[in-house]
Amino acid sequence: MNRAAIAVNRFGLGARADEAAPIDAKKWLLAQFDQYQALTPAWQNQPKTASLIADYADQLKQMRNADEDAKKSAKRMFLREVKDEYQLAVKARAESALNTQTPFVEHLVHFWANHFAVSIEKRGVADFAGAFELEAIRPFILGNFKDMLFAVEKHPAMLIYLDQTKSIGAQSMAARHGAERQPDKKRGLNENLAREIMELHTLGARSGYTQTDVTEFARALTGWSIAGIGNDKNSTKNNTVEANGFAFRPTLHEPGSFNIMGRNYSQTGRAQAEAVLADLASSAATAKHIATKLARHFVSDNPPDNLVDKLTKVFLQTGGNLSQVYRALIDAPESWQPAPAKFKTPWEWVISSLRGLGKQNLDNVNIAQIMNQLGQPTWKPGSPAGFDDIADTWAAPNALLRRIELAQRLVAPYGDKLDARTLGDKLLMGAISQQTQTAIARSESATTGLALLLVSPEFLRR
Amino acid sequence: MNRRDFLRVISTGAGIAFATPYMSFAGLKSNPGSNSAATHRRFIFIIQRGAADGLNTVIPYADPAYAKLRGGLAIDVAQATKLDGMFALHASLAETAKMYSAGQALFVQAVASPYRDRSHFDGQNVLETGGLVPYQMKDGWMNRLLTLLPTSQNEAIAFASTIPMALRGKAEVTSYAPSALPQASDDLLMRVSQLYAEDAQLHSIWSAAMDAKNMSDDTSNKQDPASFGKLAASFLERADGPKVAMIETGGWDTHTAQEGRLARQLKSLDTLMAALRDGLGDTWATTTVVVATEFGRTAAANGTGGTDHGTGASAMILGGDVKGGRVIADWPGLNNSNLYEGRDLKPTMNLDVLIASAAGQSFGIEPMKVAKILFPESTIAKPLEGLFRS
Repeated sequence: MNRAAIAVNRFGLGARADEAAPIDAKKWLLAQFDQYQALTPAWQNQPKTASLIADYADQLKQMRNADEDAKKSAKRMFLREVKDEYQLAVKARAESALNTQTPFVEHLVHFWANHFAVSIEKRGVADFAGAFELEAIRPFILGNFKDMLFAVEKHPAMLIYLDQTKSIGAQSMAARHGAERQPDKKRGLNENLAREIMELHTLGARSGYTQTDVTEFARALTGWSIAGIGNDKNSTKNNTVEANGFAFRPTLHEPGSFNIMGRNYSQTGRAQAEAVLADLASSAATAKHIATKLARHFVSDNPPDNLVDKLTKVFLQTGGNLSQVYRALIDAPESWQPAPAKFKTPWEWVISSLRGLGKQNLDNVNIAQIMNQLGQPTWKPGSPAGFDDIADTWAAPNALLRRIELAQRLVAPYGDKLDARTLGDKLLMGAISQQTQTAIARSESATTGLALLLVSPEFLRR
Repeated sequence: MNRRDFLRVISTGAGIAFATPYMSFAGLKSNPGSNSAATHRRFIFIIQRGAADGLNTVIPYADPAYAKLRGGLAIDVAQATKLDGMFALHASLAETAKMYSAGQALFVQAVASPYRDRSHFDGQNVLETGGLVPYQMKDGWMNRLLTLLPTSQNEAIAFASTIPMALRGKAEVTSYAPSALPQASDDLLMRVSQLYAEDAQLHSIWSAAMDAKNMSDDTSNKQDPASFGKLAASFLERADGPKVAMIETGGWDTHTAQEGRLARQLKSLDTLMAALRDGLGDTWATTTVVVATEFGRTAAANGTGGTDHGTGASAMILGGDVKGGRVIADWPGLNNSNLYEGRDLKPTMNLDVLIASAAGQSFGIEPMKVAKILFPESTIAKPLEGLFRS
């Protein structure tokens, strides 16, 4: 791969036939920082969390006053609406990726959304998954890591996904009153969010924290909740509801100060867990964790130590300034190795294929369903760790067969519109092999040629 | 024709292999008895991803601390299948209970891999690689198991689109999952085979994909547990079918609303295992199924109707010649002083020992030899004897 191909196909989202190859690859990447739009046209009409919560509360109210049959049908309708909304959000995500003028930054959105993974497998998350990416990821891509971390951990999608809304301090006002009223019903702590913040979002596994640190952090996090849902609306009355629907519920909060990783946190209220989060955001372990994941995503499944060290240093020196970290990544010679080292994930492959074919709107393509068929359903990884980012996961027999089946379908409408022989040169920017050229030239039809281009070894990698 | 020959046919681009996709297996299907007993052995590992709650699966109803710790989540023995004087089985596992009565299922309680922290991802890595600590081993124990089998029998399959860690490694492994997409044309498949001929990575993956594709005569795309179990069995019951297989199940991480979720999870698992048993027919007599999870869940219920990440868990071994109808447990008790770190069921058995013993005895290989290859970092003093009849 030459430098232009690396910029467009490794760092970006894949070449489009109607776009000229960049003359100065580095400059082309850096210029995108100034041109990036957090709210793209495709995202413009997607619902925000605030309106989703209002709709949901409305639904609940209507349901309360309805009879049994009406309740059932209303519930069915609601679930159908959620599914439709989810599919529309995935479409908005993909159309942004197809039409963007800043493919490198858009690629980073996909990276961070996977780092801070939520999954619609959990009931309640499906409604908010698109809004989560729009509100908690997209606006913070080029800013400070800490700001993105705060937006993510306070977003309803994450609070629901990792059970935070259900977590209650054992000595909190609510728990004590609850114990008096219903002594049999135990309500208390849930440490899911605290653990995954430390293990997946910030420090990384095996970086020195203990079970006690997790439990203490979980206690500090009690009270972090969502406004406008549930019976105890009043408990948030005197507390400002933050953007995106986060609310702190003092009655759920465990009183007292907590010791986490050798530091004492004696703050009260929401400030307590915020102080912990801020310390986690600037920790050296976090810097290394983020640096490793970025290098793994853009450079190699086994990123060179040198590169990881460089990125870690910049992260720490700049207090987690993400643009500076990306700049260091672009500056590093390790990032420009000509041999393609990354096997595209299904998402990367589909997006680069659709861009290559010149697709701009997905009105007739159910992209959510396609991702499901390829084994990487959008916003539905099997675990909070997100989807794997290594070839061993994606370069697998059945998964490869799925891509061939899908390629055949994707190219079907383009037989008389595109010529794979010239398109191959254009998209791969000189990195097309003799084998692929021959295979395309010999194919029995124009569509077979296009399908072969999309599943060629050089198009499957970046 | 063995698989290697079969692959050669495909990779040389001989179109005939595609025109009659099942020809290489013709006549092989109903040929029992002509091969050695070991040829018919099948070893299936079902992983429960997400830390399945062993205490509500194999329920220690006779331990007085159980009901106290679990509170509203505690399962009354009257609502479960009594196994012995100590344990009862979750009611959702109705078919599994039948296997237990028929002496074809045994349960193991208070078992754990060497992993002692509480990260799913690290825990699954240890469970699948067979190392002592996460990321110590680079390949999976199931892949290393293949190296112990005669070359004609070292075929393995993951019933998934991708290959799980336990099956990754040097030995070639295939994968298969039902597809909802229209099949690619034979012409395209043949051209892709040629296109990948010079690419080492893609060539071997593609050969495995074609191999599995040609073995499947499945036309349904259903992914429910019954259809999935039937599909898996249809691969494994062939005389020339894969000998080693892995099936992944997820959704066991029951931090909230555990009662209904666990009941549904176990019902799916039960349906899957029953479909395997029924689909395997005669081959069930020589099949071993091991079910295990990365770690257990807290002994006590948490504050949100669920349980959190714990340590000791339960496991199952099923199969036609398993010496079943018993629960193997060195029960540590659930009193506070007996709990691991004051919160989890204390593991009293090493899952590595259980797996090595089951795999070794199943394939007729000395279990200590198996243990050395599968779990080279574990110090295993002696295997678990007598897991099988005869």
